[in-house]
Formats: sequence, C-alpha cells, structure tokens
Amino acid sequence: MLNCKQTSQLVSQSLDRRLSLQERFALRLHLLLCKYCKRFYQQFLAMRSGLQRMTQSIEEDTQLLMPSESKARIAKALESELN
Amino acid sequence: MAEDVVQETLIAAIKSPSYAEQSSPRTWLTGILKHKIIDMMRKNMREVVASDLMHDEDANMDEFFDEAGHWSEKPLAWDIPHDALEQKQFLAILQQCMEKLPAKLGTLFLMRDIHDTDNEEICKELDITSTNAWVMLYRARMGIRKCLEIHWIQA
Repeated sequence: MLNCKQTSQLVSQSLDRRLSLQERFALRLHLLLCKYCKRFYQQFLAMRSGLQRMTQSIEEDTQLLMPSESKARIAKALESELN
Repeated sequence: MAEDVVQETLIAAIKSPSYAEQSSPRTWLTGILKHKIIDMMRKNMREVVASDLMHDEDANMDEFFDEAGHWSEKPLAWDIPHDALEQKQFLAILQQCMEKLPAKLGTLFLMRDIHDTDNEEICKELDITSTNAWVMLYRARMGIRKCLEIHWIQA
C-alpha cells in the first residue's frame, strides 16, 4: 500500500513517464481511498491544463509582445548578416 | 534576452540552406526557436544543476509529509477555475508562483511543463539522469502547488 508521499511522487511522475501497470493500480487504489490525495491529484491536473493554456496564449501573443524598437534592432542585425 | 534569441533564430534561418523550401515557415521557425531557447537554458543551468543535486538527491519533502509519509498539511479544497475570468486569474497566480521557484527548478519546469520538451531531451541537454529530472520536477510542482494553495484559494 502506498503512503501519501509515495502517491504524490507517482502523480508527478505520471506526467513524465508511463507508469507500470502495478504503479497505476496502486495509485488508483490509493486515490480511491484517500480524499486528500485525490484532491492533490485533481489540483495537479488543474495546474497542467492551466499551463497548457498558458503555452497557447504565449504562442498567440508572440506578435503582440515584441516592441517595435526591438523589431528595428533585429531588422538591422539581419541586414548586416546578409551583407 | 528574448530579443537575442529571436535574433539568433532569424539569423540561423536565413543562413540555412533549406530557407527557400519551407512550406510552413512558422512551424519551421518555431522549431529553430525552441532549440535556441534550450541552448540558452543549458548555458545558464549546467553548472548549477550538478551541485544542487548533490545535497538534495532525495527530494527532501519534510515540509509536506511526516515520517510515515502522511500529509503534514493536508491539501485544502480548491475552487477549480471555471469561467474565463477565473481562469485568467488562476493563470496569473500560477505565473507568479513559477517566478518564485529557485532559478534552476524554474528553468527545468519551464522546459518540461510549458515547452513540453521531452524528458530524454532534457536529460541529454542538461546532462542529468531521468531520476534526477523526476525528482526536480516533483519539487518544482510541489512548490507551485503550495504557492497556489496560499494565493489562489484565499484570493
């Protein structure tokens, strides 16, 4: 039986690697029985989807964020590279 | 700093022999940009990572768990953000929490959880083992969760 500390580690690792069948089973069992770890798990999921939205909005905003002085500086550098 | 990376990306792009053949310049440029960002992060991180891991290999989580591995501070119930405004607030706090992480953890977190760099690439770039990466990411995420718990729920 996993304790809460081990459970939290597995929850985190499940974002980085595929857990083994045994690990997934043990994790599910613990989450079923422990409301605090279940909460923790759902919070990790909320963080993850929040971060994915952040990534999207960063990509969408890229054009808006670059100030025109920076654009001018970059254009100059590119020109001198080309010549 | 961001400006430098963009500049380097564009210079690398115009010097590339396949410059004219790109059917999707945006995707292609984003690909180069990602590599440039990782290069820069690697430069900033390499020395720090090794020394940091030495004394903290076992993810010291005493502030969260007691000796038996039970929560010493039980996770509180959060409002999961629903509408657009709440989501925006949630993200703003999340971003502030990220900025509070120690530099090296923050960088690793950014690479993995924002840029979705895969673990293998991270380990290769930073010259750390998978286990090291998992431990560090775990610490980073635990720190952010704790910070959100303080600033999001009571907001």
